[in-house]
Amino acid sequence: MNLRLLLIIFFCLPTLASAGSKIIATGGATTVEGNAGGGIVPWAVINGYASSDEWSVTTFAGRVGVDDFSLNSAGIALSLDNKWELSYARQRFALESIGGSLSQDIFSVKYHLAGELLYTAMPQISLGIQHKRNLDFALPQAVGARSANGTDFYLAASKLLFNQVAGRNFLLNGTLRASKANQTGLLGFGSSNDNSYQLLFEGSAAVLLNYNLALGIEYKQKPDNLAFAAEQHWRDIFIAWFINKNVSVTGAYVDLGNIAGQGSQTGYYLALEATW
Amino acid sequence: MVKRSILIGACLALLLGCSTAPGPVLYQRLGAEEGINAIVDGLLFEIEHDERIVHHFADSDIGRFRAMLTEQLCDLTGGPCQYSGSTMQQSHTGFNITLADYDALVEGLIKVMQRQQISIADQNALLALLAPMYKDISYR
Repeated sequence: MNLRLLLIIFFCLPTLASAGSKIIATGGATTVEGNAGGGIVPWAVINGYASSDEWSVTTFAGRVGVDDFSLNSAGIALSLDNKWELSYARQRFALESIGGSLSQDIFSVKYHLAGELLYTAMPQISLGIQHKRNLDFALPQAVGARSANGTDFYLAASKLLFNQVAGRNFLLNGTLRASKANQTGLLGFGSSNDNSYQLLFEGSAAVLLNYNLALGIEYKQKPDNLAFAAEQHWRDIFIAWFINKNVSVTGAYVDLGNIAGQGSQTGYYLALEATW
Repeated sequence: MVKRSILIGACLALLLGCSTAPGPVLYQRLGAEEGINAIVDGLLFEIEHDERIVHHFADSDIGRFRAMLTEQLCDLTGGPCQYSGSTMQQSHTGFNITLADYDALVEGLIKVMQRQQISIADQNALLALLAPMYKDISYR
């Protein structure tokens, strides 16, 4: 439904070419949770190309397909002044081999606190809040989750280093997240015997082969709250193609570890993004 | 096994060689005087046609701006020049150059370098020298 609408927007978009002043690729891609970043790690950059005193809107749709599950996500973000990023994303996690699905809404705010990705010695630093609302809590509750809603807080630092190996630019990102989420909230928040926040590390590193092409890796540490099945970290290798300031495509090979008792889940991630 | 590690070593040396071998300085790689002049003239063209930032140059002495920027780029990239102009803070005070203005100028420079088919590595080397000037240029 909204995927079809997004696709229509994507294909009409090149005709609405206006974009902000930021340099291409510096808005990053959009994560499965709707924040500017890689595929799974939110970065300190603000989505889209709105520089100071400008605004931009970004939409995305992506799909993760691993052995026994799939995750469809789509969302929209408004960026203001290269300072604020307000976003909404809807995720639908399908249990392909078990049957059924789990959905959640993610409302996020990111605020760019200090530093400029390209221009300052200090990394760009941003603070983010994600409020997540699980829409199918019966199953998470049945496997021991405490709550259907949860709020994550994260602090992200991103820095572009010019002219590194073979003259290429590198992007480094580190994110510290406080979370109670089980499988990022798809399995609810907390457990019957643990409702405390955990501090988790997430990181990305990418090399910009040219202005339009980034090749990188990501790592996302995750909690392991629920007794019914072990939860493991996520990682991926991605390539993002910023075709122009209006359209980008990201592809990745992902490793999501064990999910809900199903062994090593690996597969692909593919996302389309449009900005204006 | 030994052969393979020699091969890997050779590949690494080749790869690293690009960034560490004492080759020609950036000034030479950009095409020396002629190359720098072309970059500066290209940038002036971009500024003139960029409605986002052209107003900042309304009262500028373009001839002097061109001469000073040429000298500065020559100096910065290791060429045989000594920048004789005022500091970046001094020359931008009162202009209130915003982040968007700075982004627009960098974008203009990238366009020029792409047009002149300067290699990505040399483009990045020049950007590495210019990007940090943001703190001296912006919001003054």
